[in-house]
Amino acid sequence: MPQLEDRCWSCSCSPGMKSKGFPPASRAREAMSAVAGAVSQAVCSLRRLHSAGLVRRGVVLFAVGVFLALVLYLLQIKRNVVLFPEEVLDTLLSSSWWIPLSCGTAAAVVGLLYPCLDSHLGEPHKFKREWASVMRCIAVFVGINHASAKLDFANNMQLSLTLAALSLGLWWTFDRSRSGFGLGLTTALLATLIAQLLVYNGIYQYTSPEVRSVRSWLPCIFFSGGVTVGNIGRQLAMGSAEKPHSD
Amino acid sequence: MTVRERLRQNISAAFYRHGLLCASYPVPIILFTSVSILTCCYPLLKLPLPGTGPVEFTTGAKDYSVPSHEPQGDLGERPDWYQGPPVAYIQQVLVKAAVSPWDSSLVPVDVFRSPLGRVFSLLEEIRNHVYTDRSLETLCLQVTELLPGLRRMQSILPEHGCLLVSPGNYWQNRRDLFDSDPDILKTVHQHEPKGIHTSATLKDLLFGVPGKNTGVSLYSRKRVVTYTITIALSSYDARFVASLRARLKQLHPSVNCTLREDHMVHVHFKEEIGIAELIPLVTTYIILFAYIYFSTRKIDMVKSKWGLALAAVVTVLSSLLMSVGLCTLFGLTPTLNGGSIFPYLVVVIGLENVLVLTKSVVSTPVDLEVKLRIAQGLSSESWSIMKNMATELVIILIGYFTLVPAIQEFCLFAVVGLVSDFFLQMFFFTTVLSIDIRRMELADLNRRLPAEAGMPPPPKPGPLRPREAPPPPRPSPHTITLQAPAFRNLRLPKRLRVVYFLARTRLAQRIIMVGTVIWIGILVYTDPAGLRTYLAAQVSEQSPLGEAGLPPHLGVAPVFPGGDPTSTLSVLPAPEPTPLPENQSQGHGASRPGGAPLTSPQISWGSEDEEVWRRLSFRYWPSLFSYYNITLAKRYISILPVIPVTLHLNPQEAIEMRHPQDTQHAPRSSAKTTDLQTDLTLYKVAALGLFAGVVLVLLLFCLYRVLCPRNYGQNGVQHGRRRRGDLPCDEYGYSPPVSEISPLLLRGHSMDIECLASDGMLLASCCLAGQIRVWDAQTGDCLTVIPNNGYIRTHTCTLKCCCAITVHLLNLTDWGKEHTVWPYNEPPLRRRVTPSRPTLFGDQPDLTPLIDTNFGELPPSHTTVGFGFDFGGLVEKAYKEHEASPTMHFTAPTPPVTPAPPQRRRSLGDPPVAPPERINVSPGEWDSSVWSLELRGNLIAAGRSSGKLELWDAVEGTLRCCNEDGSSGITALAFLNNRIVAARLNGSLDFFTVDINKPLGLLQYRGPPGRASLPSSPCYSSEDVISCQLTRSVQCAHQKPITVLRAAAGRVVTGSQDHTVRVYRLEDSCCLFTLQGHSGGITAIYIDQTMVLASGGQDGAICLWDVLTGSRVSHVYGHRGDVTSLVCTNSCVISSGLDDLICIWDRSTGIKLYSIQQEVGCGSSLGVISDSLLVTGGHGCVSFWDLNYGDLLQTVYLGQNSEGQHVRQLLVLDNAAIVCDFGSELSLVYVPSVLEKLD
Repeated sequence: MPQLEDRCWSCSCSPGMKSKGFPPASRAREAMSAVAGAVSQAVCSLRRLHSAGLVRRGVVLFAVGVFLALVLYLLQIKRNVVLFPEEVLDTLLSSSWWIPLSCGTAAAVVGLLYPCLDSHLGEPHKFKREWASVMRCIAVFVGINHASAKLDFANNMQLSLTLAALSLGLWWTFDRSRSGFGLGLTTALLATLIAQLLVYNGIYQYTSPEVRSVRSWLPCIFFSGGVTVGNIGRQLAMGSAEKPHSD
Repeated sequence: MTVRERLRQNISAAFYRHGLLCASYPVPIILFTSVSILTCCYPLLKLPLPGTGPVEFTTGAKDYSVPSHEPQGDLGERPDWYQGPPVAYIQQVLVKAAVSPWDSSLVPVDVFRSPLGRVFSLLEEIRNHVYTDRSLETLCLQVTELLPGLRRMQSILPEHGCLLVSPGNYWQNRRDLFDSDPDILKTVHQHEPKGIHTSATLKDLLFGVPGKNTGVSLYSRKRVVTYTITIALSSYDARFVASLRARLKQLHPSVNCTLREDHMVHVHFKEEIGIAELIPLVTTYIILFAYIYFSTRKIDMVKSKWGLALAAVVTVLSSLLMSVGLCTLFGLTPTLNGGSIFPYLVVVIGLENVLVLTKSVVSTPVDLEVKLRIAQGLSSESWSIMKNMATELVIILIGYFTLVPAIQEFCLFAVVGLVSDFFLQMFFFTTVLSIDIRRMELADLNRRLPAEAGMPPPPKPGPLRPREAPPPPRPSPHTITLQAPAFRNLRLPKRLRVVYFLARTRLAQRIIMVGTVIWIGILVYTDPAGLRTYLAAQVSEQSPLGEAGLPPHLGVAPVFPGGDPTSTLSVLPAPEPTPLPENQSQGHGASRPGGAPLTSPQISWGSEDEEVWRRLSFRYWPSLFSYYNITLAKRYISILPVIPVTLHLNPQEAIEMRHPQDTQHAPRSSAKTTDLQTDLTLYKVAALGLFAGVVLVLLLFCLYRVLCPRNYGQNGVQHGRRRRGDLPCDEYGYSPPVSEISPLLLRGHSMDIECLASDGMLLASCCLAGQIRVWDAQTGDCLTVIPNNGYIRTHTCTLKCCCAITVHLLNLTDWGKEHTVWPYNEPPLRRRVTPSRPTLFGDQPDLTPLIDTNFGELPPSHTTVGFGFDFGGLVEKAYKEHEASPTMHFTAPTPPVTPAPPQRRRSLGDPPVAPPERINVSPGEWDSSVWSLELRGNLIAAGRSSGKLELWDAVEGTLRCCNEDGSSGITALAFLNNRIVAARLNGSLDFFTVDINKPLGLLQYRGPPGRASLPSSPCYSSEDVISCQLTRSVQCAHQKPITVLRAAAGRVVTGSQDHTVRVYRLEDSCCLFTLQGHSGGITAIYIDQTMVLASGGQDGAICLWDVLTGSRVSHVYGHRGDVTSLVCTNSCVISSGLDDLICIWDRSTGIKLYSIQQEVGCGSSLGVISDSLLVTGGHGCVSFWDLNYGDLLQTVYLGQNSEGQHVRQLLVLDNAAIVCDFGSELSLVYVPSVLEKLD
């Protein structure tokens, strides 16, 4: 993106430079108008070029987010009844329909932010850029969720520590970039804060009464989720020319 | 040298040696690996089958105490779920009742009516049993109400009280209701579900024995009714249970019963998988498969991609199996739910190493020996492989120290899996890879050999059905997969590709078949026909925990315990003195048809009655408890030893209990119906399966018809237009439908088209009448019409045309003397026809095909110029002018043209020594004809026979510039970067410069300036003043007339009749090289941006030159006769000759890959759309060929009336459109799928 802008700038400057003999005021005016035209042109072209890809990426990320949220929600359900999925599905659909949607939105935002941040920092992400690695990352993410939901830990401290180690391992295995870590951390903090606010305001309740234990693993899950979604987003941004694979 | 480096070297050397070993002895190593896999997997056989089947544990009933919650280390054999109290203790009272002695006066209903009636007294007894102030009420499991979804069972199952289940529940445990029930069977069966049931039915639930063993049937030959009374106790009181047992035994003694009473069986139920669990599981599996897909997709450059992918997956899977097997061998039984952790294990172990290995081996030099290649590839990746493995092991070790049991177990599996995976990679996969590489080299060798001998058969003499000529020989049966052509995937639009994919892989059919298999599996697993019980028995036999397994044949009573002869004693002595032998069981009873109808029923107790619940569905207990919202998942129940109760009833008693309606049932004695009844469920299942199979076959057939486009071939027969040619099929046997490619007909020229030029966006054509038309290459609209004398419109067209013809003819006649030289550019059909025609003007329209120049072809420009103008007004105006003109053509034959009948007619481009004074008879009066045409930006450069160079505005149709410096006719033009090169008849070469004097500040460039690699083509706006100046004229460029002129990459290449090719630099018109090597006149030249230069001559030779050094790279003879056209792609050179043969040569080696026989007269029209798609012209059609394989992909017929015409010229535009010249009309064929690729 910035390279393209530079190109537009240099292009627009050339007619301005030509008119040397003009009085400074008019020259300035001309240059200004040229600049303005160039900027508007650049913006237009940029929008035309990138809006389609951006929207498509956003939609894919949103879908992935919604899907993952649903799956992980199902994973978290503590089951009491053997085989009565209707009730489960009912609660899934009635009580918290907005959760998958917000998760999807968050996924889209984070997934678009990652490549954007990469390009702004000027350090393009080069580590393990392939769909197989992304799939592996998603699988590990689901595995972390599985572990947090299904395994019995001795105490909350152990649970949190294990999950933190797993999340860090995820980041180290699949990301290894400063920006990824920072953004994941920010995501985790923000999301935890929002979740806590929601709980305090009574909009949403944890299913399990022991609030503290539920709270403790949330940041880890959010962190690894952020890294995973960022991975997908980067891959989409890189391979936007290729056929994106959503799952 | 540091330790690290030394280590690295050692590892590398070890891997090298290992690679040599693997590649040297592939078969022994694969055998060794298979044996070790099987050995490691052997312990898996001891594991119980996976699934949700229950697990059992048996303890003694005497010293039973409720297990504590704390796990105790000393009890080694105790399973870890055996902790805490069970959900319930189950006490079953097994009742066997019979009316004895059987009497001929009894009706079939009597078999079960009175025995069932006794259940109420038994229930009464059980309910009222008190032992030291403990009654059943205090001990039993109190249940609340049923789940909301089970309202219809409310009257049957107990609510708000003891969970006590017996057949009496059908009548709400009330004797009076039972007595007044006219049809017991109907009552029992009314709650049975229709169709296939997958879990325990209500009848099973209440009777406590499988439905066919109850004996509640009109046709029961055994006449013994069996049912259980099931009591669920919440707490275990041994004395109460013992007293209940004693009491019941005392009341209803079972003399011959020796059932063991000292064992309690604890049954643990695994977690049931509901929808909520299934979705995440399925998701993880989907992710796993996506991972495997994306990983194996990267395997490339090998002989069999699928084979290697399979080997990779086998490596990972068998390493997992090995890890589980090894762990089991060392006493670690997996407690984790295998299904759910499996994907994570695969993901942790990963496929990366396999891919890295493949890539590294494939990238080794090809000319090495296979052994060495494998060894090198291994050793070059050894360090990274070891490093990765060490890292993973460290991570897993860290995971091991989390001290969470589940994670520890996972880590253990992962470690063993990683190590075994490494082992398999090193031995199994490497060996497979070496075999594959060897196969590939063999195939490579095979491919080369027949290619040399791949000369096509001689063309058939009969041109009647030219399309049925034998297909071009394939390079070899083994088509190599090197660089899978990218175009192959992009040939079709996406939706078609999806359909073809479905059809090609038969995906739908396969899914349906897999679904059927799964469904049948489910049926078998939960079927009521007894197979499952057999399986369950097998499982429980294998299970190390289940001690008391059932004998496999349930129907036949086994050996009785102790072999006691009194075991079959009846309480009441039978009237017959000889009691039946003890094997009076179901199986034998059925085998004695019509034996003794009056046989008294015998009640026998066997060991199969000890645990009667085993014969029920394993879902029996979970479904019973789930009705009350109690889950048994991950919990267990304890089943107490059964209490046997034997009831013998008098016939008198039975008759007393009869309902008035019972006697209406006539006694039937049909043994067949009995059999039918007992096996009815089996037959039902079989019939249903058969029906489903038939439906599936039908469905499959329909799908096949719908999805498989092979039908296109059959449909094509009905089409009139398709009848001519066999429909081409691609490699997969599918041909894209014709509707995908629709030609646009560009009509408007009144005479044959001579010159064609295009720059991608616009298309300019010039006909013999001198009229130039500009078309939009995208839409096919005619944008501009430039009449012959655009600027002198007052002249009559008649005169102009006739004069033009005159000039042509004069030239022709002058050159008719040269007989030795064949016309290089004339299609053979015309060549054969024309000499026989004596007069020229007898048939005027026939004159037109005589004159044909093919000079306008240049490689299409690389810039696409977008035009945003409104052409409407212009076009309209031009049309009006055009409408007026053509009507007058040939109305007045011109007297001045009376030439001598020519012996030979030559095309205009032939070596002329034209007397210029004849041509310039009246240069001011009328214009000469256009001999060559070029189009750049929106400027048309037209070279006329008078030697005049004109520049026209393509959009407005105005003459912008005119240069009359030369007098000899311009035979060829090249227009490149403001420069125009004109080759003239007299062999001179003129370089012109087009100067554009733009008004200030209006200079616009198309595209960003950064794309400097492409020559930016300026857009000439209408305000510009364009001047065209002759910068240099090379007077004697060639000794003989220049026949070909091509320009690209800053070079101008000319070919001449004097057997030489010359290369000029465009900037300074300096002659760089004179290339000599042909033994005939040059007829075709190809040069492109990458400085590839190929030339073909009249001697049929093709030369490849190095433009930088001027040396000849290769020289091949391929055609009998002239080479008419030459195109190069990245990998091959395509040539066509007068012999109507298209040859494809390997560019680097100069070996002919294959050749395609063309229709007569169509040899010269060919074009290359992409690196792998070739277009050739035919009679009224164009054909698309796959360059890599030489397969005919598709033939497109262009309109009805052009059938007879053949394609004279073929021009491939930038936007994947093809322009075909059919005489006076053009055809624009748009290849849509290629466009997708360009996007």
